[in-house]
Amino acid sequence: MKPAPFQYHRARDVDGAAGLLAELGEDAKVIAGGQSLVAMMNYRLARPGHLVDIAGLRELDRMHRDADGALRIGALTTHHTVESDPAGVLEAGFEVLNRAMTWIGHLPIRTRGTVGGSMAHGDATAEWCLLAVTLGAQFVARGPRGERTIAAGDFFLGYYTTALDPDEILVEIVFPRPAPHAALTEFAERRGDFALVAAAVDLDVEDGEVRSGRVALGGVASAAVRVPEAEAVLADGGSFEACASAAAQAVEPPADASGSTHYRRELVRTLVRRACEEAVSS
Amino acid sequence: MSDVSMNDGPMSDVPMSERKLVGRAVRRREDPRLLAGRGRFVDDIALPGMLHAQFVRSTVAHAELASVDVSAVLEVPGVVAAFTAEDLELGDIVAQLGRPLSEFVPTAMPVLARDKVRYVGEPIAIVVARDAYAAEDGLEAAKISYVTLPPVMSEEAAFAADAPLVHAEAAHNTLVDVSLFATDGIDGIFTSAPCVVEVDTRTGRQNALPLETRGAVAHWDDREEQLVLHTCTQIPHQVRTVASRCLRLDERAVRVVVPDMGGGFGQKCVVGREEIAAAAAALRLRRPVKWIEDRKDALTASFLAREQHYRARAAFDADGRILALDTDVVCDMGAYSCYPFTAGIEPLMASAEMPGVYKVPAYRVRGRAVTTNKAPTGPYRGVSRPQYVMVMERLLERAARELALDPVEIRRRNVITDFPYTGVNNITYDPGSYLESLNLCELLVREEGWYEKQTAAAAEGRHLGIGYACFSERTGYGSAAFAQRKMKVVPGFDISEVRMDTSGTVSFTTGTMNHGQSHETTMAQIVADELALDIAKVRLHQGDTDRITYGFGTFASRSITIGGSAVRLAAAKLGDKLRAIAAARWDITPDDVELTSGAARRRNASDVLTYEQIADIAYLQAHLLPKDIEPGLSVTATFDVFNDGTFSNATHGCVVELHADTGQVEILRYVCVEDCGVAINPQVVEGQCRGGIAQGIAGALFEQVTYDAQGEPSATGFMDYKVPTAHEIPDVLIHHLETPCAFTETGAKGAGEGGTIGAPAAVLNAVNDALRPTGVELDHTPITPETVHRALNGAPSLELSS
Amino acid sequence: MNTDPVVTHPPLQLIALDVNGEQHEVITEPRRTLVDVLRHDLRLTGTHVGCEHGICGACTVLVDERPVRACLMFAAQAEGARIRTVESLSDGDGGLNDLQRAFTEHHALQCGFCTPGFLILADGFLAERPDASKEEIREVVASNLCRCTGYQTIVEAIDACATARRGACATPCDMSAGKEH
Repeated sequence: MKPAPFQYHRARDVDGAAGLLAELGEDAKVIAGGQSLVAMMNYRLARPGHLVDIAGLRELDRMHRDADGALRIGALTTHHTVESDPAGVLEAGFEVLNRAMTWIGHLPIRTRGTVGGSMAHGDATAEWCLLAVTLGAQFVARGPRGERTIAAGDFFLGYYTTALDPDEILVEIVFPRPAPHAALTEFAERRGDFALVAAAVDLDVEDGEVRSGRVALGGVASAAVRVPEAEAVLADGGSFEACASAAAQAVEPPADASGSTHYRRELVRTLVRRACEEAVSS
Repeated sequence: MSDVSMNDGPMSDVPMSERKLVGRAVRRREDPRLLAGRGRFVDDIALPGMLHAQFVRSTVAHAELASVDVSAVLEVPGVVAAFTAEDLELGDIVAQLGRPLSEFVPTAMPVLARDKVRYVGEPIAIVVARDAYAAEDGLEAAKISYVTLPPVMSEEAAFAADAPLVHAEAAHNTLVDVSLFATDGIDGIFTSAPCVVEVDTRTGRQNALPLETRGAVAHWDDREEQLVLHTCTQIPHQVRTVASRCLRLDERAVRVVVPDMGGGFGQKCVVGREEIAAAAAALRLRRPVKWIEDRKDALTASFLAREQHYRARAAFDADGRILALDTDVVCDMGAYSCYPFTAGIEPLMASAEMPGVYKVPAYRVRGRAVTTNKAPTGPYRGVSRPQYVMVMERLLERAARELALDPVEIRRRNVITDFPYTGVNNITYDPGSYLESLNLCELLVREEGWYEKQTAAAAEGRHLGIGYACFSERTGYGSAAFAQRKMKVVPGFDISEVRMDTSGTVSFTTGTMNHGQSHETTMAQIVADELALDIAKVRLHQGDTDRITYGFGTFASRSITIGGSAVRLAAAKLGDKLRAIAAARWDITPDDVELTSGAARRRNASDVLTYEQIADIAYLQAHLLPKDIEPGLSVTATFDVFNDGTFSNATHGCVVELHADTGQVEILRYVCVEDCGVAINPQVVEGQCRGGIAQGIAGALFEQVTYDAQGEPSATGFMDYKVPTAHEIPDVLIHHLETPCAFTETGAKGAGEGGTIGAPAAVLNAVNDALRPTGVELDHTPITPETVHRALNGAPSLELSS
Repeated sequence: MNTDPVVTHPPLQLIALDVNGEQHEVITEPRRTLVDVLRHDLRLTGTHVGCEHGICGACTVLVDERPVRACLMFAAQAEGARIRTVESLSDGDGGLNDLQRAFTEHHALQCGFCTPGFLILADGFLAERPDASKEEIREVVASNLCRCTGYQTIVEAIDACATARRGACATPCDMSAGKEH
């Protein structure tokens, strides 16, 4: 379990990294925290000829709120930084992110793993991808052709596939509006594992009543997905139970050794309900 | 039996010899180096010029090897050599039983595959390179062509009429087939019994999973004309024997040295192929060669265990007393027989010992080992006992339901209470506390209010269950017990040498092999007590075939029972010599000399000779010795058990909650009442219990090695092979009972495996207790969340379709 | 100073590492993981390798005082960071610090293979969260695998160490203190 040979490049700035990616082509891969990539390289399931290390780009390791309340997270911010939120930038609206971090692996993974790395990796069960889809995040990417912003709905294209071009660097993730009544929950056989199913909701609550909300699931398709059928129930004033049932009926999760389609659907029902309950009480 | 409090707590320092150390939680001698990062494990060894090996392994489960071409491997930068079976011409590893061919078919395991491969991961060629990275590069350049054969991936496939044969010599893919006991009239008992219950139980294939994978560093020592093989093994002398045979060296020319070992649990209790191949490469290249198994190989291509299928039925009278037991057990042993235990290890253990703690008047068993295209199996902590105990406990639970008896009460009516007891399986059980442990365990669970909590939870629609497992475990298998198994290698005795040097300090040896059990501490406690010597002046040596005359290593909870007894006998013998020398100096009889505080003292007098002074005479002033006392202070003693061994016992109680919305099984409480006789070091015993229970829970709820139809193993990492963490494993309340063993030198019984043995049954019974309102009963492990979810929600069981 | 936007390394590269306060230079292929360089190039063999895919935690080290998996990091990525391994816990005479002593008192190790990973994990965690509850400690202990102990005594040892440190620190003091001399 030793990786295949590669050349190592340390980027000094984003444009330099993007330029190098353009020059090296498909054989190059960006490494940030490396918590997924290095494991895959040790198994030789990934064998890039070149690694472009962007971890030194300190300007991507920051987290702040805009004047309009939007949260901007630099791609190199670690899960642990979000979890501990030293500057308190998640207060008043983004506590869901802080709480969700405890689902990501374990402490020694969260200290190295980065928000951008997780997003760019695009695992179908990853907490960050699910949060992005639920909260309508926008992805700021920079490449040789300049900077562009990609909506979450357009970012995750399937198993480990995103809309990032091979020579683009994900620099920032923007969560445009506070989500005071949001929650993420999941189920795995063992603590810290990838979820069998993960669910996240972001509820719009007025005068103590849920008016509408966004519901998204991880582990039921090739990428995190919104579930309009479940959201419609919320918009119609339906119960959490009804919302959860609608979500369960709407999806066709793939079966594997950890669970059948039937079982995963049942987990969807449980987890959407739990997420809703946690969201209103938060 | 006495009820003992072990709340001695950790000791702050090592006391002088007036206080007996046996029975105390003496702090471990092993700890300082391990805590400081100064342990020396096999991968920590680096020798000048050392090369690194990895193995080209089969990518198919069953095939003839059409060609093995490693020429391109040699072109890979950093690769130094590559060898195939043809290049090395090594002898095969062949494990034997002294049984007729109708009962046991011996099969050869070549060091590197020749002609045929029988599982994904089987080693085909060894690649040696300047570092582990280049070695792995080299693997990718090997060209193997296979003529694939249909893989045999289940018991049913193996027994099928037209099944392909894994080994041509093993018809019906059967390596072991024994039918034992068959009490006269047993069929009649089943016909007329008021209550007959059956279970059909399958247990998942597991990996013992020491956190340190297997590994070796081999080099040729020109000065000693000796191959030195550093390897993490539980059985150094058996590795030496096999290595010398495979490599065609005199046994003297092989020295096996075991450094610190990161667990073994049985997986390192067999002779592996890779360490022999690494040694062969080192001989060829005359350079040190290191092989460290990576985790992927450890999960897919190492020795596995525990995949068993029981079809068992038991007859009961109307009062719930067992009348007869009839069992058919099939163990899927994978592709090869392991050395030295053979493929008989699991079926023979299950067949011989299944009646366990219960009075079973009539018994019949058929035990089979089937060979399949899976990685081979070896011993794993508990060997078959976690499985047959689970089956016995299921039979009792089922009978209790049929007869409307309390599950604990039905056990009370059946456990052996009069000792010694000779069972229908021709085994004589020495005294234990079967009933006492059962009663106390139930009392502890009851006193904590779990029965009330269960009732209250049920009223809220929650699902709490309480389950027990009552069992004993034969430990201290001596030569007699293993000879009964008809092994060709009969492990049994142990030898200890105890030596005092001129400074009055003691070095001593054991033929057992610590890999976490704390031998350096517990055996030193025994010696320090026997010689009335400060434990700091007592040092154990183990795991070096040049330093230890002979030994069978550590397994079957034999170390403290047999090894510890040999150590005590040898220490006593040295004590005799110390007293004899002192007596001669004082011109009195040795009976008038006592050993206290590191010195010989004349009874009722003030004469004292310190050990240092006696040693001075024994070595440096030998002319002062009487004629009948030889110079030097080195003695040897052996110990063996000439009866059926000694039985540790325990009752485990487990409380679970089943979560209806996820199917999760949450363990709320775990209680263990155990009796391993005299606990040399109660803290160590508790450690063995807790660790064993964790492994038992792992088997009950989490871990399983599975294969697809082509024979590809599903788990190549810890994502899929789900070793539980601190989040899943509960705290365990332990209570000790003490029924000393009458024939070990210390009164100790073995403590290494009990935890693992009881846990699967306790967990499964607790789950089934919680499922009681649903009418569903689960009989297979591991129990997955989906299985529980289906049971609680009225969905069709997946188990039924398997 | 090189001002190119990108520094490209040849197949072998010189890596400067700060390990336990000592400066080391290693010439190595960039693909060598931090744990392999620590163990085999610097001969700091206290850090162990258990899975090489980031789950078992036997290779846990501190990078800038935070616990990380040294098997999921290339040594080249560790340049410029402060690395601390199990060898840093006890003093040169082999005296054990309070955390190590708690492990031995509670019998929190058997074979000892996973132990350095747990010690370093706990060391990094308690430095950040000296007031951690036993349940929080259990959650962090769940980061690593142990096959021998059943975890209970590891949790108890770390909790006892944290409790003792808090008791000794009625007034604010250096949490890293506590070596036995």
